[in-house]
Amino acid sequence: MADASLGLWTVPLAVFGGAIRVSTPFLFVSLGECITERSGRINLGLEGTLVMGAMSAYGISYLSGSPWLGVLAAGITGALFGALHAGICSLPRVNDIAVGIALMLLGTGLAFFLGKPLIEPTAARLPAIDFGWWSDVPQLRAALRINVLFLIGVAIAPLLYWAFRTTRWGLLIRTAGESADAARAMGHSVLLIRLRATMVGGFLAGIGGSFLSLFYPGSWNEGLSSGQGITAVALVIFARWDPMLCLWASLAFGGAAALGPALQSVGITSGYHLFNAAPYILTLAIMIITCSPKRTLTGAPAELSITR
Amino acid sequence: MDFGRISRRHLLQGSAALALGSTLGIRGAAAAETTVGFIYVGSRDDYGYNQAHAQGAAAVKKLPGIKVVEEEKVPETDAVEKTIESMVNLDGATLLFPTSFGYYNPHVVKMATKFPKLHFEHCGGLWTDKDPKNAGSYFGYIDEAQYISGIVAGYSTKSGKLGFVAAKPIPQVLRNINAFTLGARLANPKATTQVIFTGDWSMPVKEAEATNSLIDQGVDVLTCHVDGPKTMVENAARRGAMVCGYHVNQSPLAPKAYLTGAEWNWEALYPKFVKMIVAGEPIPNFYRGGLKEEIVKVSPYGEMVSAEARKHADNVKAKFMSGEYTIFKGPLVDNKGKTVIASGTDRGQQDPELEKMDYLVEGVIGATA
Repeated sequence: MADASLGLWTVPLAVFGGAIRVSTPFLFVSLGECITERSGRINLGLEGTLVMGAMSAYGISYLSGSPWLGVLAAGITGALFGALHAGICSLPRVNDIAVGIALMLLGTGLAFFLGKPLIEPTAARLPAIDFGWWSDVPQLRAALRINVLFLIGVAIAPLLYWAFRTTRWGLLIRTAGESADAARAMGHSVLLIRLRATMVGGFLAGIGGSFLSLFYPGSWNEGLSSGQGITAVALVIFARWDPMLCLWASLAFGGAAALGPALQSVGITSGYHLFNAAPYILTLAIMIITCSPKRTLTGAPAELSITR
Repeated sequence: MDFGRISRRHLLQGSAALALGSTLGIRGAAAAETTVGFIYVGSRDDYGYNQAHAQGAAAVKKLPGIKVVEEEKVPETDAVEKTIESMVNLDGATLLFPTSFGYYNPHVVKMATKFPKLHFEHCGGLWTDKDPKNAGSYFGYIDEAQYISGIVAGYSTKSGKLGFVAAKPIPQVLRNINAFTLGARLANPKATTQVIFTGDWSMPVKEAEATNSLIDQGVDVLTCHVDGPKTMVENAARRGAMVCGYHVNQSPLAPKAYLTGAEWNWEALYPKFVKMIVAGEPIPNFYRGGLKEEIVKVSPYGEMVSAEARKHADNVKAKFMSGEYTIFKGPLVDNKGKTVIASGTDRGQQDPELEKMDYLVEGVIGATA
């Protein structure tokens, strides 16, 4: 009995494992939203995109037998939702936040409707890579069974950081986000830049959804997202629109989500509702610590409707 | 209510039924065929609570002269009253099964008063003398099946550690956790059940995390009480742990890991109810039962269940079937060391004290608050 259990060590291990398992959807949605918001538009509809991505990935994986086709389908679905958002927002005097909320409801509703026959069947799942082969501890080995999507997400973060600073299109996105007039003066179409940024954002959010249904927890049902998309959008704001900070924040959120169950499993049972609420408490705390009435948020794109 | 469902055909049918009803009287319209309405709070194929009811509805559908109408995802608000009205007025339903707990008061009570000639059978509610006579409530003592699951789990565990992923610490859930643990300790007196509450009925990510945490703690047999056991069953099987199911048979999801499970047996009860109503026999307003009354059942044993476990479990099951077995009998101590049922006291299946359960028995690791 004693050899199989790690006692209190389970808690840090579960938080570590949870950071890897649970963070991927947060990571993809927040990186996608980061691109969209840097271009000067906010897409609150990513919760709907995430759920839609999860449903279409599961459906395509079930029908075709290939989970990677499912991931692609989720990305395409997400990009289409992004295009819809950008398309509506490019009309004059349209509020992007209101459109986002509408698309969030549309996405979840449509996914529930189309996903009805998918609750029962079992689709092919994404494979995991075993990084724990060197360890004898089964718990650690389980925590180190990592999906490739997580690694891709981790790789995208520094890539984006670099791209925003040094590449031409990174500069264009930032210009559109900081000053639409400047972008126009340079001869670029702000709407087109934002359309592309929102589509890429949607693509990434859709892939985040495919991770939910195809890897962890690994099946399609209607409670699957339970607000992770909207949490990820909030996460971008406190990550100060910085892709690297998005990565750390996503990992922290994943770890925090694992804290409640892990503490209960070692017998710390009092106040589990509080521990279950850890991600939300974390959000509030960071928001309160970093806000100031004297200045706008540092790093906020000037064209963003929440800061303008 | 889902207005998309009311097609023109439905409206025509409805008005035709109304016209018939006004000329021939309701009895005349219903004589050819009895229409039964089923209302679910969630999705019909969730591998859980609602699927169990839908399987019961499917069994009713097979009866001759019976038409079944169903509606899913009806929230526990006045939406259910609208659904009932449309089933009654448009489809001509004369027997209704609103299957979710929260439908009962005030919605079902109100509808039963409004339509005194129709029958309402509600799952889980507590019918009292003050409620309309044409309404009734039924429920099953599924803790008996959990007890059998516990016995099988007790024999199957190697570490002596069992896990329970639960939604909320309400009496029904606690009763299942306690019955499962008591069953397991019959087989292995040193077995413990580690319980994790996720906080709500459908939290897939939390359920998966709870499953992983339990297995990290050395738990090797898991069961649950949440709306959709699919997440727990699949994730536990992936980690190589064994599972006992809940609500319906989840063995297709994890054929190698599935030991047994506590299932509802609505496909036996619902046709019985419908036949009684069609024959004009009264159904008791307060209907309860367990294994013996065929309201709950135990899943067929999985391959890895040992002969010893099968024998013991079958033996206890036979005692339940003859009605001579009590799960909760004194002396019973909770996990804080307090005696909750005094020595010599037997709290049988129907004891109302059990419906107020607020403790976890000795052997359960966890707390109710």
